[in-house]
Amino acid sequence: MKMTEEMVDYVSALARLKLPEEERARMTGELEQILAYMDVLNALDTSSVEPMSHVFPVKNVMREDVVLPSAGRAALLANAPAPDGEAFLVPRTVE
Amino acid sequence: MDLCQLTALELAEKLKSGQVTQADAIAAAQARIAAAQPENNAFVTVADEVSPTAGLSASPLAGVPMAYKDNICTKGVKTSCASKILGDFKPPYDATIVERLRAAGAVSLGKLNMDEFAMGSTSETSFYGPVKNPWDLSRVPGGSSGGAAAAVAAGEVWYAIGSDTGGSIRQPAAYCGVTGMKPTYGTVSRYGLIAYASSLDQMGPIARSAADCAAVLDLIQGRDPRDGTSLDAPAGGLLAGLTGDIRGRRVGIPADCFGDGLDGEVRRAVLAAADVLRARGAVVEEFPLPVIRYAVPAYYIIACAEASSNLSRFDGVKYGWRAEHYEDLTELYTKTRTEGFGSEVKRRILLGTFVLSTGYYDAYYKKALQVKAVIKSAFDEAFQKYDLLLTPVAPTTAPKLGESLSDPLQMYLSDIYTVSVNLAGLPGISVPCGFDAKGMPIGAQLIGPALGDGVVLNAAHAFQLETDYHKKAPAEKGGGRA
Repeated sequence: MKMTEEMVDYVSALARLKLPEEERARMTGELEQILAYMDVLNALDTSSVEPMSHVFPVKNVMREDVVLPSAGRAALLANAPAPDGEAFLVPRTVE
Repeated sequence: MDLCQLTALELAEKLKSGQVTQADAIAAAQARIAAAQPENNAFVTVADEVSPTAGLSASPLAGVPMAYKDNICTKGVKTSCASKILGDFKPPYDATIVERLRAAGAVSLGKLNMDEFAMGSTSETSFYGPVKNPWDLSRVPGGSSGGAAAAVAAGEVWYAIGSDTGGSIRQPAAYCGVTGMKPTYGTVSRYGLIAYASSLDQMGPIARSAADCAAVLDLIQGRDPRDGTSLDAPAGGLLAGLTGDIRGRRVGIPADCFGDGLDGEVRRAVLAAADVLRARGAVVEEFPLPVIRYAVPAYYIIACAEASSNLSRFDGVKYGWRAEHYEDLTELYTKTRTEGFGSEVKRRILLGTFVLSTGYYDAYYKKALQVKAVIKSAFDEAFQKYDLLLTPVAPTTAPKLGESLSDPLQMYLSDIYTVSVNLAGLPGISVPCGFDAKGMPIGAQLIGPALGDGVVLNAAHAFQLETDYHKKAPAEKGGGRA
């Protein structure tokens, strides 16, 4: 797997990251090396194997819909970098 | 008598009999923390006011001071994941594990340092500075629960709660000469554990004996409706089940875990542990487990994929730190994340985003999930023949600070013996089993079948009845126990 700086830029944009020039060059080389190593998986034939996302057969876990108190608005906003007492503030997104 | 050298169960006994008061125990631990913290940096936050638990309940660990890894939510107490991006985040709620331990009389002395977002094998990637190994301050304590292992080794707390996604409890326990257990996936609620890789993350104890680990697990295991992956399995009774009788137990030694790359001193110490189990009546034999060579790549693909999704919540809006000077919302997100995450976290987010991206999903992510199924069935097959498996925890003892981070792939490869246990959801414990020529601790890992936590703990307990490696403590330097 050949990793290019353009691919690192593309993936960075998806992940909302923007690496400084120096870090971008280093990361490209490191990711290429790591992905090259991961290619050892191709030595294992898995064509007849179902992908396993969860080791235990726990699915569709249901419970009664019970009303419980949630953390209050003030408690949740207390951790925000820019709250206004009612909401999280962000730059204007709709003109 | 040095209180800080006792096991958690021994201290609890002295508290119950009135020989020691809670105030004495707390003061002894606080004095030890004050001496050790400047040297080993095991804590991110040391609690300034600690109140004894009201009345000593019947719980076997009532009144015993402990601490939590800093990725476990504690209401009103800073929880940073050792990352800049969480700033001074104070969770509005307690993790289930915190509620349960408090109800059982646990007294928290603070929050423990770690690799940022639990991503690392050395505890050097913390925004709050690296943790140092109490046995040799020029060496790492392992990671990612390095603060937890260092604090227990240095006598600062009687036990700690860590988290283990690919070995993050077991490997630092091995490097620091203490006992650490990752229980079966789904037996400890993850509610309130800040997620790294949700399908692999599990919390567990780091302590000074297998018996202490059993006592802690009795308090924290059990179904929790707030964690959808929590198993509806019976909990409790682990401590009571420690008979030390392992006669007839079949122990398998995977030959593929003792090949190239394993340090000779570690190999000898782990094989000597097999002899101890044999002497107590276990039947030990070698068997092949070749799929182990696929565990590290499968683990890093799955863990990074999940991390890239889990860490998307850190955006500078809802909690924690926000970058300055941005023009629009996208730039707010991007600057906050770029400046707020450290290098290792960014590497894993990028790797995870890549393996999930269009065109690469099947070749990497889907492939890794298939390999996970193959590894799980290889373990299922092994447990048809054996009750337990014995392996090293790590290929070497603790490396020097600064040696590992320069070569991330090499660091990932050192997780070879621990990650498959997470992929297969199994219980695994690390027990001290010797020292290398430099005096650094070596750990042996015992792995059991799913929900075989009791079998694992009993074998570890049997081993500790015959050996005293777990009772050794580092010398004074670094606030040691000796």
